[in-house]
Amino acid sequence: MTEFLANAGSWILAASESGEAAKLSDGGVLASMAWLIPVVPMVAAFAIVFWGKKMPYKGWDIAIAVMAFEALYGTALLLSHISSPIAHDFQIEIAKIGNMPIEWGWSVDGLSIMMYFLVGVVGFLVFLYAKGYMEGDIRFTWFFASFTLFAGGMLVLVSAPNMIQLIVGWELVGVSSWLLIGHYWEEHENSSAAIKAFLTNKVADVGLFVGAIIVSMSVGSFRFGDILDAVESGAAEAPMLAQFAFWGGLALFIGAMGKSAQFPLHVWLPDAMAGPTPVSSLMHAATMVTAGVFLVGRMFPLYLTEGFATEVRSIIIIVGALTLFLTGLIALVQDDIKKVLAYSTLSQLGYMTVAMGAGAYTAGLFHLFTHAFFKALLFLGAGSVIHSVHSNNMSDMGGLKKDMPYTYWTFVVGSLALAGILPFAGFFSKDEILASLRYASGEFGVADGGGALATIVLALAIAGAFITAFYMARTVFLTFHGEYKGHGHPHESPRIMWVPLVALAVPSAVIGFINIPGVTEVFTKLVGGREVKVLDHHAESFDGLVLVLGLIAALAGIYLGWRIWGPDKETQQERDTFRVDGLYPLLENKYYIDDFYMDGVVRPIRGPVARAMDWFNGHVLDFIVNGAGLLAKAAGRVVYWFDQRGVDGAINASGAITGAGGGVLRLLQTGKVQQYAVLIFAATVILVGGLVIWF
Amino acid sequence: MILSQFVILGAALFSIGVYGVLTRRNAVLVLLSVELMLAAVNINFVAFDVYFQDAIAGGQIFSLFIIAVAAAEVGIGLAIVLLIFRNRQSANVDELDLMKL
Repeated sequence: MTEFLANAGSWILAASESGEAAKLSDGGVLASMAWLIPVVPMVAAFAIVFWGKKMPYKGWDIAIAVMAFEALYGTALLLSHISSPIAHDFQIEIAKIGNMPIEWGWSVDGLSIMMYFLVGVVGFLVFLYAKGYMEGDIRFTWFFASFTLFAGGMLVLVSAPNMIQLIVGWELVGVSSWLLIGHYWEEHENSSAAIKAFLTNKVADVGLFVGAIIVSMSVGSFRFGDILDAVESGAAEAPMLAQFAFWGGLALFIGAMGKSAQFPLHVWLPDAMAGPTPVSSLMHAATMVTAGVFLVGRMFPLYLTEGFATEVRSIIIIVGALTLFLTGLIALVQDDIKKVLAYSTLSQLGYMTVAMGAGAYTAGLFHLFTHAFFKALLFLGAGSVIHSVHSNNMSDMGGLKKDMPYTYWTFVVGSLALAGILPFAGFFSKDEILASLRYASGEFGVADGGGALATIVLALAIAGAFITAFYMARTVFLTFHGEYKGHGHPHESPRIMWVPLVALAVPSAVIGFINIPGVTEVFTKLVGGREVKVLDHHAESFDGLVLVLGLIAALAGIYLGWRIWGPDKETQQERDTFRVDGLYPLLENKYYIDDFYMDGVVRPIRGPVARAMDWFNGHVLDFIVNGAGLLAKAAGRVVYWFDQRGVDGAINASGAITGAGGGVLRLLQTGKVQQYAVLIFAATVILVGGLVIWF
Repeated sequence: MILSQFVILGAALFSIGVYGVLTRRNAVLVLLSVELMLAAVNINFVAFDVYFQDAIAGGQIFSLFIIAVAAAEVGIGLAIVLLIFRNRQSANVDELDLMKL
């Protein structure tokens, strides 16, 4: 084991010191067998459905074996990619539209390897935890079947080498998300949350479809490779694409806004907390919501190459900034611990989107990477607390520090990482985004007249860092400090639940070190290892100004949180009286966006649609159904007559004839044995006598 | 040897058997009459066997078979008669007219 670690360490060092990127390799057998990554969990999901209940651990054993495989394969690919960058792409034609082949395949490059690793490792730990969390659930096996289906769908998505497969994976993720959010469907609220998530995603999916069609049609291929090659060859070489790139890129980004829950399509994610906590942890924090960012990353050159969709970047950056700032504020007023984390996830997704919009490919993906670890950790920690106090509300918690030491310390690590305090992972990724924004405000300005925009966004991002630290401090103090306000006696969760917490706390604390500007650049090399050239600005050293501002904002947030909700405050009332008039109801009602969607969009559409459907049902469908019924009735009558008269007549007649014949023949019989014997004897005598006379 | 004596004996015995089968009401006596008919057949077999001096004595072997089969037949027949008697307190053949319902 130590030897293995030493080797891994030397690879990382070798990669970070080698300077120029090495030539891309085809990855050998590891990459050519990578089709196993999406296929194994898909098969396993069905295996769990059919045989899960017969297994000793009711299907969990299959699921955890699959995730262990994914984690190992992802790690192996990651290590081999770090030692020599892989770019492998395989596609096989399965159908054809016109002359455009529809293909299935898998791509193994920096971006997808990062996602394989993330889904595998975080997924493995979450599955481990889920065993403890879901223990005793009535749909335990079904839960793991859908959860494995989700992992498979996500891996189909990230392994996609073309638009079609990406959409397939995208929808698989959507549908398994629907299944899992509505896991406790006995309560109406939960099933509506599932439907809300599904429909919100569907709205955005229209954008994805339109974007995929525009981009693919103007290039003449669904392959990402061909599309990005066309982009790389320049606007003059690909005039069709250049002409439609803005609308294609915008539509694709709208698709990304759905899955990555960007303002104003973010409304589904907080409601998705209705699902079991491991689901929230893996799907709505660590992996699924990163699909949108992943898509933008996959198509990154399209957004950054001059002459294509560069204008979309302003929209991306504005949407991201609105998301990170507005949703962060909502997190401040939530009482449900999972909702706080949900809004915090939205806010962090806003950071990633902002980075993508600012042209900072590495920074955005790095934040995705670190965020996956610490947000999974925070959700699992919240789940552990919920498991212990049987309530989601922080007003039922408090003082859990001494009862749940593992949960407490790992939660603190996660919170510090999220808040962006110096040695923890979140600091490095967030700082890189801030630095990229500052750089963009210089660069952007000249080219697009958007320097002011980037500066405003930078200010919002720093304010967001303050808010992040503020609400995480609030969460930690309300949950773990002060006095216990719930019922019963809280207890530490079982070992199978706290071991994943500890295992996630380690990367949450240290994984930032793999990309310290000017010191290490493992992650830059990792995601940069692609066949296309990703025009990315990557900081060579720390940007002193934003580093200091970001840190001050985070520390100020924690300090203010401590001042307001700190443990030395005496009574509950004092904390509860902390309200900012005017702002508070606005935040409590989530800017009335949900109400607007419900009253402004859903009801006006649902009412007329329902009435129209009712009319259609009452007049058209009923007419058809009744007509068919009457017709069938008349036909039935004819058939009945024929059956009664024709068929039955023939059968009854043959029966009656046979009966009558029997009646006649019956008269010959007496039933007396000796009479029959006399007849037989007489007949014999006559026959024999006849024979004698004859001859 | 005079064949005709044996043939006449056989014919007489067979006729007595036929008469008994056709007229007797008691089932036991009907069975007994059947045995008489079988005995007549046996006499014929043996007589013709000796008369033709059959090399493998086929007639005598057949008569042995008939004796054996007749014994089995009587065994079954008497068992049936016994059961009929138990069920109906009578073994009269003319009362057994269940063949016609």
